[in-house]
Amino acid sequence: MDNDLAIETQSLRKEYGGFAAVRGLTLQVKRGEVFGFLGPNGAGKTTSIKMLLGLVAPTSGSARLLGKPLTDRSARAQIGFLPEHFRFHDWLTAAEFLRLHGQLYRMDPARLEKRITELLELVALTPFRNQQLRTFSKGMLQRIGLAQALLNDPALVFLDEPTSGLDPVGRRLVRDVIRQLRAQGTTVFLNSHLLSEVEITCDRVAFIKHGEVVRTSSIQALVDGETTVTIRARGFTPQVLSDLSQWGREVRVEGENIILAVSSEEVLPAINQCLVTNGVSVYAILPQRLSLEDLFIQVVGTDGGL
Amino acid sequence: MNTILVITRLTFREAVRRKIALAALLLGIAFLVIYSLGFHFINDEISADAGRMGSRIEQMRREVYNFLVLAGMYVVNFLGVASAALITADSLAGEIQSGTIQAIVTKPILRSQVVVGKWLGYAILLMGYLLLMGGGVIVSVWLLARYSPPNGLAGLSMIYFNSLVIMTLTLAFSSRFSTLATGGAVFGAYGVAFIGGWVERIGTALNNETAVNLGIFSSLLLPSEALWNKAAFLMASPLAGRIDANPFTTASQPSNVMMGYAVLYLIIFLGIALRQFQQRDL
Repeated sequence: MDNDLAIETQSLRKEYGGFAAVRGLTLQVKRGEVFGFLGPNGAGKTTSIKMLLGLVAPTSGSARLLGKPLTDRSARAQIGFLPEHFRFHDWLTAAEFLRLHGQLYRMDPARLEKRITELLELVALTPFRNQQLRTFSKGMLQRIGLAQALLNDPALVFLDEPTSGLDPVGRRLVRDVIRQLRAQGTTVFLNSHLLSEVEITCDRVAFIKHGEVVRTSSIQALVDGETTVTIRARGFTPQVLSDLSQWGREVRVEGENIILAVSSEEVLPAINQCLVTNGVSVYAILPQRLSLEDLFIQVVGTDGGL
Repeated sequence: MNTILVITRLTFREAVRRKIALAALLLGIAFLVIYSLGFHFINDEISADAGRMGSRIEQMRREVYNFLVLAGMYVVNFLGVASAALITADSLAGEIQSGTIQAIVTKPILRSQVVVGKWLGYAILLMGYLLLMGGGVIVSVWLLARYSPPNGLAGLSMIYFNSLVIMTLTLAFSSRFSTLATGGAVFGAYGVAFIGGWVERIGTALNNETAVNLGIFSSLLLPSEALWNKAAFLMASPLAGRIDANPFTTASQPSNVMMGYAVLYLIIFLGIALRQFQQRDL
């Protein structure tokens, strides 16, 4: 067993009736990592998180959180969780709400009170300390939910869509909190639709489709690795096109444009030389880096994974 | 603080914050005011007659008081049953439906602590409610007429036990089904037990064994009528108890076997609630 892993799952599977919501989730998240969990709606992201947190019992497979099996409750003392639909007992005040959850963590009362004050400050809700949650806006609820997930100074935090429903200021706040957590060495498991967020905050991502991980990669490798090149040229022959395939994949022609995917911009001079040598008139070579969104669509397809 | 007590306090606080406790308190006071006024006027009437009819009326008078206390307790019993079902139906089902349960059970606690904590919270709320209502009936009759029924505390305890049985049954349904389905099922079962109780009573009077058996069967489904009969039997005056004189009492008291069954019934359904909530996906 690897103690450097915060999350380790092996073929985790969940069936409802005969339908497999998660077919076989195998992934590893290192301690201290900010890990993005990406996939289309219905790909089994929330079910996967629920299995890891013990809300849903896996049909088969196994998993360890912070080195302990899922059935071991003691690991949960070091875990924070912001559920997707952050519905809380809205007749509690902000401070009472945090106190309740701190008591469920069995925190020492003095430490808890100190933590409540700190966290209300962190999520900018100090002025609303004694106000009932029912008076809170959606964004404020999400922020108090985030504070709740951090009460126990967790080693591992699950954030299920933490920025949905937040305005840009709220999103920045969440982003800053995630950065702070990373700096403290906290592992963050982030389930988000907002790919631009993931791109900024995460170290690594897993793409999941039909309840299986189809690709895991560091953000850096993903963004560096995938470049689409558009070449505007005249006088190319099928022979030249097939020569190009040694540098890039998916070579295709659209009018005067040759489009291909290359693994690195380093190959561009060689491509240029090849074209010129073969008597092709080259007007432009335009490398275009893929955004995470392009990658997302490339990896999970446009069928929404359903 | 102990996790069970944290949940119990939360349940308590919810009843207060959502004004459930306030509504119950105000309606309870309204009931007691109307009951006392009614009792007061009837008592005036009897006292006026008593002057003319001499001392033999004293026994008669106590029978009327006893009848009125049982009538009041009958209502208290029904309100206890209804409140138990109403406040509990939404407890687990509502929290599962809304998702508030997710942030709770992912803490380092046992799911059973949530169930037991809620059970304890409702049990305390029901005790307060029934002490106010049932105690109010007994105290107001004492203040107005210096009469108290036999075994008042034991009878009230039986009514409380009845509400605990209903509350536990509701909690068991609520751990598995939606709020609406839970409410429907519990009130349906109560309806069957209620009608069954009357079938048994009439069957006893007519010596019809089939009717009696039907009544016993319905008590097995839900022993709430049997528990009320026990409460009524305990509080009935010796005369009323013997002649089955009014609709609130019964000539034969439910057997000890039935009482034991009711205790077992509560334990089994608490077990079902614990087990179902433990195993279900949230």
